[in-house]
Amino acid sequence: MKTMMSIISSALCRMTGRNAGAQSVPELLSDLSEYVSLTSPPAPPALAQTQKQPENPAPVSARGSTEQLASVQTDQPERPERAARVVVARSFTDFTPQMTFDIKKCDLHRLEEGPPLKAELTREQGLQYYRTMQTVRRMELKADQLYKQKIIRGFCHLYDGQEACAAGIEAAINLSDHLITAYRAHGYTYTRGVSVKEILAELTGRKGGVAKGKGGSMHMYAPHFYGGNGIVGAQVPLGAGIALACRYQGNNQLCVTLYGDGAANQGQIFETFNMAALWKLPCIFICENNKYGMGTSVERAAASTDYYKRGDFIPGLRVDGMDVLCVREAAKFAADHCRAGKGPIVMELQTYRYHGHSMSDPGVSYRTREEIQEVRSKSDPISMLKERMLANNMASAEEFKEIDIAIRKEVEEAAQFATSDPEPPLDELCNHIFHNEPPLEVRGTNPWSKLKSVS
Amino acid sequence: MASSLRSFLRTGKNVVLVLGRRSFHRSSPAAAQVTVRDALNQAMDEELERDERVFLMGEEVAQYDGAYKVSRGLWKKYGDKRIIDTPISEMGFAGIAVGSAMAGLRPICEFMTFNFSMQAIDQVINSAAKTYYMSAGLQAVPIVFREPNGASAGVAAQHSQCFAAWYAHCPGLKVVSPWNSEDARGLLKSAIRDDNPVVFLENELMYGVPFEMSEESQSKDFTIPIGKAKVERQGSHVTLVSHSRFVGHCLDAAAVLAKEGIECEVINLRTIRPMDVDSIEASVMKTNHLVTVEGGWPQFGVGAEICARVMEGPAFNYLDAPVTRVTGVDIPMPYAKTLEEHSLPQVKDIIFSVKKTLNV
Repeated sequence: MKTMMSIISSALCRMTGRNAGAQSVPELLSDLSEYVSLTSPPAPPALAQTQKQPENPAPVSARGSTEQLASVQTDQPERPERAARVVVARSFTDFTPQMTFDIKKCDLHRLEEGPPLKAELTREQGLQYYRTMQTVRRMELKADQLYKQKIIRGFCHLYDGQEACAAGIEAAINLSDHLITAYRAHGYTYTRGVSVKEILAELTGRKGGVAKGKGGSMHMYAPHFYGGNGIVGAQVPLGAGIALACRYQGNNQLCVTLYGDGAANQGQIFETFNMAALWKLPCIFICENNKYGMGTSVERAAASTDYYKRGDFIPGLRVDGMDVLCVREAAKFAADHCRAGKGPIVMELQTYRYHGHSMSDPGVSYRTREEIQEVRSKSDPISMLKERMLANNMASAEEFKEIDIAIRKEVEEAAQFATSDPEPPLDELCNHIFHNEPPLEVRGTNPWSKLKSVS
Repeated sequence: MASSLRSFLRTGKNVVLVLGRRSFHRSSPAAAQVTVRDALNQAMDEELERDERVFLMGEEVAQYDGAYKVSRGLWKKYGDKRIIDTPISEMGFAGIAVGSAMAGLRPICEFMTFNFSMQAIDQVINSAAKTYYMSAGLQAVPIVFREPNGASAGVAAQHSQCFAAWYAHCPGLKVVSPWNSEDARGLLKSAIRDDNPVVFLENELMYGVPFEMSEESQSKDFTIPIGKAKVERQGSHVTLVSHSRFVGHCLDAAAVLAKEGIECEVINLRTIRPMDVDSIEASVMKTNHLVTVEGGWPQFGVGAEICARVMEGPAFNYLDAPVTRVTGVDIPMPYAKTLEEHSLPQVKDIIFSVKKTLNV
């Protein structure tokens, strides 16, 4: 059964151009129905009703299958007309299935040519990017809320405003590639495959969190995602090391290594640039320039704010980080560069964060509210994508609204879980000191307190 | 003659290199004289051969054959992919090594000496040691940091610090300190096979010292468990606990004291963290007296930790005198030869301390 499923799902991937195959039967059925609705005349409403729905609406995969959209219908039985219309609407041929958009040209450093000036966007991709970015947005705003209620404590660095970076990068690479970032990591934790539930529960320090509540905001991990790192700049050499492992193992994978405009002045980053270039490591260094390193604007911190040129001998490009398509095309270009064995490449994403540096920073002592408002109204990544799609009839306003509602629900349920799940039990305290080790004794706070640690 | 030769050897003069030079790619004879350097070299050679994922990176490890020649011949045998010369960027390449360990490789990272590890200590502690805990078991970091630690000869203050206490302070790290060739070989193999970050404290003055190695200790799968001390000499009057080079000093002191009827039990810690307190306690409960010997500074050091642990455990009730610590002098290391000699424990200091502890 499983082999059959993987055969069918990989066939579907090849046909539809998706990266990740269905993980379960419900997903497979939903993929199949999507394929059917793409390639055939409008399906009768009956098809929608007979689709199997999973118990939990949130899939692990960040690829956001159409289950989420479909699952809304079962929760709103009192509006079958609307439900049926939305499902059937997907198969209407009057939505534009694909459009080509002009995107901003990237500034280039040591490169003859850059990413293309046009990006293709299918309806499915658009909805998927929207869903990803909106989920990250709502998740971060929920974290803000929980922090103000003192349910989340300590550090909480929010990513709202920068969603296009995470969504665009993930759209350009494979799940088998690697990614590492700094402490503003919740968005990437999500795009790398951890559920909102596990992220929020980690923030609230509960045992259902991705690191069982022991890591917190800055220390979340997933396969091929190495956090979440608290020491500014330390993740950059780590990322190059991961790239070295990729090249060593000959698996054609690469590592995306992110850092901020503040970290860009760290010495270890230049040490890393040197070695990455010397050894031609398949590493994409990405500087997320959100104009402020904590409270210090880029002009006050850096003698040269051309972060894409700071790699000196490493080619670089400067990208509009508020446009998910721009980010995707640039990241694809960079990935091709690395995979062709040309060595590392630097990308600067010009982006913006709405919140302050962290939850303890109102974010207005070093910048004006007008500036924040202006970016919100003119360059918000989610609005930009939505307007593009609406203007070109790639989706309807109702569809977006349905997606918003579904996401709100998902985030709400995740928050519910994150506030009600118990904290890790005390006997977890000393576990995970060592890997693959027989149980050992750990000294407690006083000599009579002998605690146990298992791997 | 034999004992003066032994003392001559133990001062670590480089003339000793002439002795014990053997080619290391042939099968070893039954028992043999092997220097610590060659033991380390063989251990790395065998582990590189055994596991494709193991590789060595650091300054001068490849074409220079290693700053202290510990990796001699390895680059010629394994090539650029597995023996990597790095630029002088400790923080950078320490991070690269840790990152590669996170992504599935098993690096051996060499900083040249532990003094330079301070440039990179953030990567050792925050990126390597703490990650398995922070990720609640999702991300292991199988890495070995190995290079000389502590004083050498005439290299002055910035190149002579002992880092045993610094690294042993941190949970998530294993800290190992071999003394002789058997220790070096067995512990390095264990360290490389261990799935956790291991700080491997070698000693430059011991590299050229040959020791007799049994046939068993030369076999390819000979490992010494991390976390177990070894009783190098049985005794009944006083326990001497030490690590690295000073184990030799303790044995020399024990030989002198034996002539006066004082039988010292000498314990070679082998591992600093996790420390084998049980072995120390068992010995103290037998001898009732404890003297710790180390090259590092006294404050907050290895000896201080041993004192605290013995006090907290059952062995305290068996002590007939407070524990004595013999340590390096609490100063930066001077250059002039006489001053340098007087900055570190000498055999006579150990003898003096034992007698004071025994009140004889």
